[in-house]
Amino acid sequence: MEDFKTLAYNIFTIWLSVIILFIMLPSMFGISLGISEFYMKILVKILEWATLRIQRGFQEKKKIQMIASNGIIQRDKSPMEEEIGGLRQSRSQCLQRGDFELSDAFYFSKKGFEAIVDDEVTQRFSSEELISWNLLTRTNNNFQYVSLRLTIVWVLGVFIRYCILLPLRVTLAAIGISWLVMGATLVGQIPNGRVKNWFSEKVHLVCYRICARALSSAIQYHNKENRPKKGGICVANHTSPIDIIILANDGCYAMVGQVHGGLLGVIQRAMVRACPHVWFERSEMRDRHLVTKRLREHALDKEKLPILIFPEGTCINNTSVMMFKKGSFEIGGTIYPVAIKYDPQFGDAFWNSSKYSMVNYLLRMMTSWAIKCNVWYLPPMSRKEGEDAVHFANRVKSAIAKQGGLIELPWDGGLKRDKVKDSFKEEQQKNYSKIITGPNNVSQKDD
Amino acid sequence: MGSRASTLLRDEEIDEIKKETGFSHSQITRLYSRFTSLDKGENGTLSREDFQRIPELAINPLGDRIINAFFPEGEDQVNFRGFMRTLAHFRPIEDNEKSKDSSNPEPLNSRSNKLLFAFRLYDLDKDDKISRDELLQVLRMMVGVNISDEQLGSIADRTIQEADQDGDCAISFSEFVKVLEKVDVEQKMSIRFLH
Repeated sequence: MEDFKTLAYNIFTIWLSVIILFIMLPSMFGISLGISEFYMKILVKILEWATLRIQRGFQEKKKIQMIASNGIIQRDKSPMEEEIGGLRQSRSQCLQRGDFELSDAFYFSKKGFEAIVDDEVTQRFSSEELISWNLLTRTNNNFQYVSLRLTIVWVLGVFIRYCILLPLRVTLAAIGISWLVMGATLVGQIPNGRVKNWFSEKVHLVCYRICARALSSAIQYHNKENRPKKGGICVANHTSPIDIIILANDGCYAMVGQVHGGLLGVIQRAMVRACPHVWFERSEMRDRHLVTKRLREHALDKEKLPILIFPEGTCINNTSVMMFKKGSFEIGGTIYPVAIKYDPQFGDAFWNSSKYSMVNYLLRMMTSWAIKCNVWYLPPMSRKEGEDAVHFANRVKSAIAKQGGLIELPWDGGLKRDKVKDSFKEEQQKNYSKIITGPNNVSQKDD
Repeated sequence: MGSRASTLLRDEEIDEIKKETGFSHSQITRLYSRFTSLDKGENGTLSREDFQRIPELAINPLGDRIINAFFPEGEDQVNFRGFMRTLAHFRPIEDNEKSKDSSNPEPLNSRSNKLLFAFRLYDLDKDDKISRDELLQVLRMMVGVNISDEQLGSIADRTIQEADQDGDCAISFSEFVKVLEKVDVEQKMSIRFLH
């Protein structure tokens, strides 16, 4: 019994010292030992091999074809006027009349069925489908049992992920978070001033670096010269809560958000002691004027850290960018757009919040191979004269979508939970009314 | 999740659906994974709410009628078989299907089945006639508040007048078919499914 205890104790000390020596210290000074690069290289090799095996397996069986595109249908994109106009022309005697035809229902039913089979919005709220299998049990339609060798590799993978990577990562995350809580609380004792800011920045950076290592993230930052500067707002597309760690790894941000309870609450309270973040009470969030006012005060102060905002308001599966809520673009000040694109090959970073809880999600992250992502800093943008917040928001959104290689969608990310607003349907009805009565009649009714 | 989708659908089932609807093997597995992703209750069936959660369908003026087409009288759940049967109406007619002998049952995507589908969008009470009242209700769904009652009434009157042959002030299916005789139903009521 005694032997067992000492053995366990020894293993624990060795474990901790290895972590501190090889991970903690390098991350404190922001240097890399090249271990993660090596790990990624090996991973890529193994995954390539696995994909090749699967493809070969399929070729032998000649049963299921590998289809590169994920679409089910090819959608008809022609606008309503054209489609219904086309229906009209097929009945020559009615060419002159703009009137209603029984065949008009064809257009709506076709559109409806296309949406049922494949719509632009709901699929963005579930995990992206991969073309190749990444040896995790996830989203590959084409994977079934392929070969013994592949299965052994997979089992080995499970062992490594759950028995080696997971404990390592959990330890790291625990260290990182306690570092932040303790460090921030200590820094909070220092009187406001340059010294405090310097310390606070260091404490935050080290914490995020440790956390990033806890997720084995390999992040590549592009165009560092455009990094958000003090007294501005940084906006980025949103895939998961990890986005914050990814961005904060390369600079400090002021966070905006709701006050939480539990562990998150403890972290929030500690952080706000060290440097000014903007936390709102739940009741305050409803008051939009108050929110805007507090954010404006923060954003216009050149001494304060740039605010980090995800204007989509919800996590999207990293294939597209959805509507940017205009609130953050009404504040004024310089906007620093940032595009984040994850490589889904090593693990799916998307947080499907309606399916997994936060803890469940983090567990999945920590048992994935790695988080690989690219971050692009875009040149700062500001509102043009005469441009309203909605247009400005769209302009920023386009820039991010273009840089990140994401599809731009006009839909509101809030649709994940809420029903679509009636006004969109009314818009369709109005368009149709114009077709059957001629534009003049409808607009008269509006006045 | 995709992996679950392919494991839960048995080969016999796929074959039966293939026979019934004419969809290919890969189309069926793809549509099955779509079906499971719409199935928020995860019970193997879709409810009306599951359909309404698709924003593009929710904004469709005839969305409710379209959703209704998936649910047989008195039911509020549709399983994958039923889902596929209704979808099959919008499968394009392929060249080799045009010249099929009449001994086989008519495929779901035939011209007349496509027309019947459209007819039922208008026929709210399922009495195989589109009355003036039914036409008005469907028109109202399509135009919203943008057109006055009188104007809509005259549109309905004219439409029925044009189509009505037996003078019962309603449109029967055969009259419906006659009116749409020259319309390219095959193309307008088909979605380009990928293989």
